[in-house]
Amino acid sequence: MFDDFFVRALVAGIGIAFVTGPLGCFVVWRRLSYFGDTLAHSALLGVTIAYTLEFNIAVSIFITSSIIALILVKLEKKTNLPGDALLGLLAHSSLAVGLVAIGFLTFIRFDIMGLLFGDILAVTTDDLLTIWIGGALILLVLKLIWKPLFASTVNYELAEAEGLNPDRAKAIFTILMAAIIAISIKMVGLLLITGMLIIPTAMARNLSDNPQKMVIFSIIGGLLSVFIGLFSSLEFNTPSGPSIVAAALVLFIFSLFKIKQTIQLKN
Amino acid sequence: MNIEKNILVKLKDVGFEQNGKWLVKGVSLQVEKGKIVTLIGPNGSGKSTTAKIALGIYKNIEGQVEKFTNNIGYVPQKISIDWTLPLRVKDFMLLTDNLKDDALDEALTLTGVKHLKDKNLGNLSGGEFQRVLLARAISKKPELLVLDEPVQGVDFTGEIALYELIKKISEKLNCGILLISHDLHTVMTATDHVVCLNGHVCCSGSPKDVARNNEYKALFGEQASQTLSVYEHKHDHEHSNDGEIKKN
Repeated sequence: MFDDFFVRALVAGIGIAFVTGPLGCFVVWRRLSYFGDTLAHSALLGVTIAYTLEFNIAVSIFITSSIIALILVKLEKKTNLPGDALLGLLAHSSLAVGLVAIGFLTFIRFDIMGLLFGDILAVTTDDLLTIWIGGALILLVLKLIWKPLFASTVNYELAEAEGLNPDRAKAIFTILMAAIIAISIKMVGLLLITGMLIIPTAMARNLSDNPQKMVIFSIIGGLLSVFIGLFSSLEFNTPSGPSIVAAALVLFIFSLFKIKQTIQLKN
Repeated sequence: MNIEKNILVKLKDVGFEQNGKWLVKGVSLQVEKGKIVTLIGPNGSGKSTTAKIALGIYKNIEGQVEKFTNNIGYVPQKISIDWTLPLRVKDFMLLTDNLKDDALDEALTLTGVKHLKDKNLGNLSGGEFQRVLLARAISKKPELLVLDEPVQGVDFTGEIALYELIKKISEKLNCGILLISHDLHTVMTATDHVVCLNGHVCCSGSPKDVARNNEYKALFGEQASQTLSVYEHKHDHEHSNDGEIKKN
């Protein structure tokens, strides 16, 4: 059944959408979209390290992104630069260093386009295992930290005062972000992972009046984007990442009409 | 021994410094079960800071905080909620605790906002939101309630009713309450212990004792203590405008 590359891509995409849905909600709620970008850009460095040391790519990306997140926290404390400047600094410098490193690795042929934008042909049966086991672990951990993470997203001081330990939840969430990037890079590509995280969620925001609904719509939006995106990728021979994200954009635009309707109903 | 057991939170000589300025310094107080301790003082005197120290929100502090309970309800003075997050009143009520629906209804009924349960939090008025905040804090039946100006923006009759409710809750749940209030009348009638702050503890004691205190009068004016008999006695220091102590 998994012999067909397209079936593999679909199964991988479904697994990713289930995880990006809820994580994406927190990315939007906590205003972390640029942070997600930074981690994703640093993933290229992770890929080069994996090739150089002949190491598992997902694990290598996970470790590199986590380290970049740690460096960010340190820099925030040590410098007077604003957060977005630090994010830009880390995002572009890690991308640059990653690309330079690839230049040195002349003995390996790289599919840079595939890395940047995703490639459905590249998904192997092993990748499916990584995505589904990794994804299940991410969702499990997210469920465990849901209460403190959500409470501190609404109001940090309330969560802290009432004993929920929001700092620990935030640290764990950062690791989960690194993990989702690690498992979804082959499908979506490192330039577009944040799009997969936030566009279905943005669509969901337009349709929801409570957080649970927003998470569910976000997952549904992600799944639809994967289906539509992958079929058109196959049909028009376009890279998988942009196809999925473009599909998500179309869904987002449709959701805007829904808002218009409800506003008209209210009047 | 028994007294020790009743203590919920104890602050020993605590202080908090931010950007080179001490927001409060040398504050000691304790909250016991079934007692209402009220912090009063002018703006910027460190009332909210003291509450946040007691709650453990501020961590790099001077002095010691001992907490003997983890079941805490908190009504912060200011709360900014980001509306990128869709949140109904009932979602907000379940923020820090998994409550049963009737516990939630009971608390919302007590503060008079049960009809708002399914409304979006962003559509509430200031007074309605304040009632929801209070309902959320009491719904989990806490051992310690920290209320930072809990009735701000509430209409006049509602204000009295809510203060009565707070008093009733402290008796019913036998919980300790750390209250920050500007309403001196309420302070004088409902409180067991008053701590008057102005960067440090100016005076503390029963409402009567505090009302007689000269520093209290200097801070709030003669009128504030008129209802109670006035005793003149010498005070040992004055404050400059920024709260610095000037020795006489």
